[in-house]
Amino acid sequence: MPRPVLAARRRPRATLWLGVGLATLLVWSYRGAQVDLGGLLGGEGLRQIAVYAARLFPPDLSPTTLGDAGVGITETFAISLVGSLLSLCIAFPLSLAVTRTLLYRGVLYEASPLPPAARALRIGVYGLGKAVLNVLRTVPEIVWALIFVFMVGLGPFPGVLALGFHTGGVLGKLFGEVLEDVDPRPLEALQATGASRLRILVYGVLPQALPQFASYALYRWEVNIRAAAMMGFVGAGGLGQRIHVAISLFHEHQLLTLILAIYVIVTLVDALSAYLRSRLV
Amino acid sequence: MNLHSVDLALNNFPRVVGVRQGRIAFDLPPDRVTPELLEVLYAGRSARMRCSPGATVFLRRAAPAVPSTAPDRAVFPYAFWLVFGLSLAWSLRAAQVDPGALVSAEARANVWRFVRGTFPPDLSPAFLRLMTVPVLETIQISIAGTALAVLIGLPLGILATSTLTWSGVLHERRRRSSRLAGFLPYVVARGGLSVFRSIPEFVWAFMFVRAVGLGAVPGVLAIGVAYAGMLGKVYSEILESVNPRPLETLHAAGASRLGIVLYALVPQALPNVIAYTLYRWECAIRASAVLGFVGAGGLGQQIELSLRMFQFDEVLTLLGILFVLVAAVDFASGRIRARVA
Repeated sequence: MPRPVLAARRRPRATLWLGVGLATLLVWSYRGAQVDLGGLLGGEGLRQIAVYAARLFPPDLSPTTLGDAGVGITETFAISLVGSLLSLCIAFPLSLAVTRTLLYRGVLYEASPLPPAARALRIGVYGLGKAVLNVLRTVPEIVWALIFVFMVGLGPFPGVLALGFHTGGVLGKLFGEVLEDVDPRPLEALQATGASRLRILVYGVLPQALPQFASYALYRWEVNIRAAAMMGFVGAGGLGQRIHVAISLFHEHQLLTLILAIYVIVTLVDALSAYLRSRLV
Repeated sequence: MNLHSVDLALNNFPRVVGVRQGRIAFDLPPDRVTPELLEVLYAGRSARMRCSPGATVFLRRAAPAVPSTAPDRAVFPYAFWLVFGLSLAWSLRAAQVDPGALVSAEARANVWRFVRGTFPPDLSPAFLRLMTVPVLETIQISIAGTALAVLIGLPLGILATSTLTWSGVLHERRRRSSRLAGFLPYVVARGGLSVFRSIPEFVWAFMFVRAVGLGAVPGVLAIGVAYAGMLGKVYSEILESVNPRPLETLHAAGASRLGIVLYALVPQALPNVIAYTLYRWECAIRASAVLGFVGAGGLGQQIELSLRMFQFDEVLTLLGILFVLVAAVDFASGRIRARVA
């Protein structure tokens, strides 16, 4: 049986240089970030962290705080769920616009090429779709959240919009890749029977792609529950807002309760998503 | 039988061998092929798996040995859509969704103000020169944070590997009591890793800002802790999934436990460990760019500052820089991954 060989044995020179480069980068990074590793792990820094951690205990389990945490949990869950659904609504149409195999090339166009003008137009649609997706994806959720808070005011709604836009960009790109990757043979068969392009999409492409779509959507939901928990830092509701307040007002015991709440909701959503994936996909 | 449909392989075959770059990555029965392994196996090839919070299942797991009963199947879709519809209706209310707010006169005025303020982006040399330091800082935070995450995650990941601490071929000769002594750290390490990765790095960063003050240090610590949780989990998955036969061979030959680890375990696991670490670094650059929002240095701090001062032309420039930075790191990491793993 062939055994894996250490990379070092294959290309000693290259690996050595890689190692030296990595070490240099590390030293440069620690210096630049002003991390005094010795001081941090040895004395002052670690002591500060320990002192702060000790102040967190015990968690505040009074009914008021628990009630507040409960509202925070439901709000965070709602933001992540509605935000993820909004992202699907944004991603799906855009993903069709970036599927070249549906627009202008591939098996569907081999037999009957498009006239040059129509082809140029469709390439334009593709480019535009890609650009929109790139913009949606590049802007981090938290920046979208700030922009939407600026537009529609404080509350969970801007958080929903922020998750929807950013995740819409991510999912749109993924969905587009899935659509381009489907097995072309069923499409060819449908085309041979004279099916319209819409029918080819509905009966040939989507049945192959939908399980993957569902899987990606669930995976992004797991990412979004974490993101929803931080939306509140810029005023967009959920647990984050309460954590922001608790940290700012030095309510450390409440903070620990809220962090436990994040742990609970994140773990629950992960488990739920894993279960749904095993059932749906 | 060689096939590239992972679904088919997991569902229909008793043994699944993962091959990467001409070398065997794992050789397992299908129920032990975890999503993390597949993620690592396909890590270099596909840009799809982006920065998951630790564990991701993209593919159907092996079908259950006993097919689920017919009535159960009939009920599930209805139950699912009912629960889904109810929670959606309730969520729409809880999230105070109000599409009208988007098209109100005030919102339109704000959008117009925003768009007008955004173009053209601020490309003045003075501003760009001012931004070199935060850009470098973002890169430094991501590298230092990932390194710290390895420093914390590797020991915890090793402790969280059942085959190293209490079960399997390495421990067959040990007494029950000493195996129990390995089980306790295993449980503690698993729990610690789960806490580390379930709390978002953003919250970690805010707490570290409180504990050690503003600057890049809390950013490094936040990435270090949160990513340690993800790295540790995946490391343990990688270590548990190595082919056990070389270990057994060395064991039979009378090798010491250290010898077995060094000569059978490490060579099998190392390429995947390196690949996954580099992949996490790509995620760290994105994270370090937003941690600045809570005062943890880097680009994020500048973006927040510009947004708060309504300097939208600067925001556009900064987002452009972020885009280039992320693309460059993805490219560099992909190249290194292709070489190493």
